Amino acid sequence: MWIESTIALRFLKEGRAQTLLILVGIAVGVSVIVFISALITGLQDNIVDRTLGTQAHIRVEAPEERNLQPPPVAGETRLVLEDPRPQRLRSIDNWPAVRDLLDTQPGIVAVSPIVTGPAIARRGDALFSVALLGIEPARYIRIIPIDESLTAGQLRVGAGETVIGSQLAHDLGVRIGDKLRLGGGDAPETVLNVAGIFELGVRELDSRYVYVDLKQAQSLLDLPGGATQIDLKVDDIFTADRVAARVRALTGLDAESWLESNAQLVNALRSQSLSTGMISLFVGLSVAFGIASVLSISVVQRTREIGILRAMGTRQRQMLLVFLVQGAVLGLVGSAIGAGAGFGLVWVFNVFGPRLFYIPMSATLIPLAMALATGTGVASALVPARRAARLDPVVAIRYV
Amino acid sequence: MSEPVLRLEDLRKSYNVGEPTETEVLHGISFELARADFAALVGPSGSGKSTLLNLLGLLDTPTAGELYLLGRATRELDDEARTQLRAESIGFVFQFHHLIPAFTARENVLMPLMVRRGRPDADAIRRADALLDAVGLAEFRDRPPKALSGGQQQRVAIARALIHEPALLLADEPTGNLDTQSAANVFELFRRFNRDFGCAVLIVTHDPRLSATCDRTLTLVDGQLEEDRRR
Repeated sequence: MWIESTIALRFLKEGRAQTLLILVGIAVGVSVIVFISALITGLQDNIVDRTLGTQAHIRVEAPEERNLQPPPVAGETRLVLEDPRPQRLRSIDNWPAVRDLLDTQPGIVAVSPIVTGPAIARRGDALFSVALLGIEPARYIRIIPIDESLTAGQLRVGAGETVIGSQLAHDLGVRIGDKLRLGGGDAPETVLNVAGIFELGVRELDSRYVYVDLKQAQSLLDLPGGATQIDLKVDDIFTADRVAARVRALTGLDAESWLESNAQLVNALRSQSLSTGMISLFVGLSVAFGIASVLSISVVQRTREIGILRAMGTRQRQMLLVFLVQGAVLGLVGSAIGAGAGFGLVWVFNVFGPRLFYIPMSATLIPLAMALATGTGVASALVPARRAARLDPVVAIRYV
Repeated sequence: MSEPVLRLEDLRKSYNVGEPTETEVLHGISFELARADFAALVGPSGSGKSTLLNLLGLLDTPTAGELYLLGRATRELDDEARTQLRAESIGFVFQFHHLIPAFTARENVLMPLMVRRGRPDADAIRRADALLDAVGLAEFRDRPPKALSGGQQQRVAIARALIHEPALLLADEPTGNLDTQSAANVFELFRRFNRDFGCAVLIVTHDPRLSATCDRTLTLVDGQLEEDRRR
């Protein structure tokens, strides 16, 4: 392999201008692929982070209530006309056992039981419909780090205390230490002290979420000892579907992953990934054709040298290798330069860009891009290399 | 008597075999070449000299007949085996020197060894330097071909043809591109190597003055060996 590599490198060095041009071409292609891949990954991470910053990866609830039917008798044809049942607010049966079971499941990193239902917040004459959430703060912040979104006060939801959204605070005209009245369904109203105000950046949530502790919510929603849902966080967000299916099978409860509840977003992300893939594919193809055409020209230019090398005892396989090595070297060096340039573009975007989001640089992206470009180099060199290997030395030596 | 380097038995070569335009350009050539031979192959243009040279150098295969190189029949050998035999036993010098521009004079001389055995050892490098010294180019060994004159390049090509101590040296118009003095020098080198290394030399030439200095002249006319004259 030494002589093949030596001849390949000398050929590349000798055709300096040609080599330099194709290296620039490969570098531009690879930098575009690296930058676009990093940009789209960063953008998607950002969107997913923002989406999942305000919702659980999986929501577990009691199954819907359905009208029960007696089992069909063999040979019987039954026509059913029924009214669907209203879904009343109800607790998951034996939720502490479910919580403890989910705590031990692989892939699930946080479990938080919640009591949630509709309520009315009132202060003076102002009246707002809100979503009451009864939580165990220590568990809940591992799912949604509400403590990081506090704009005033503290995350205290103990007896007689509440944390509300900034928009609701504005609408009710309350500040930390002020009181508001909260009423659930049939239970009597209670007066709560505003201990904290948060801002998640989603208007709907900031104007509706009212956090209290689990017990207060159970009492306000008339669900003593109950929990209406269990929120889960998984270690790999894109496996949430599979984990949800496992939870369903394990508990018999309804479990919906964020991938199902945000189907449109997931669809958009997939389309985005697909377009990035297409752009990378076409840029990669142009790079491949560039390498192939430069090496094809090189085979023509070096026909006589190939002939003389063959006459001196160079095997066909060795001639093939000479050109495959050239393809690999072009791919490797070009992609190293391109990856560096792509990395530079990402740095420029992060430091001087619009700063809408940060592009993280994946440790695997550069080696992956380089390996791919080197492979592309070898594959593109295959056709010219075969042509070089198959040149008839008699014809090649006399080639002018 | 020792085994001849080359033995041709009714060697024939046709082009476009099996087609209406099939043409036979060599019509049954037979001769032997011994180690001590210093021979010229002459003949008018189109007589089949280059075709014969390609066959003798195992660069091409005959249509019929047999070619024995060092006693080994070659017609049925595949490309790999022919390449191997060529690399071990034959040295080439072409009209146009055909040095590889990307390598220095010394590397060009070493090339036949490098393509077979990889990185050259100290002994191979010493041999290349001795050959370059023998062709009067010791001080030019690290120069690329483009920094050498035509005659110097041809001398490098001769050193290259001899690095692996071939049994047969084939030269195709080796002086065709050189001035009279350089041509005489090159011829003198061939003569010396034939004597010192004991390798058979067959030179294709148009130049009657050069062929006249050879020990043996093979004359090819219309694809047939018309005369095999020894002096």
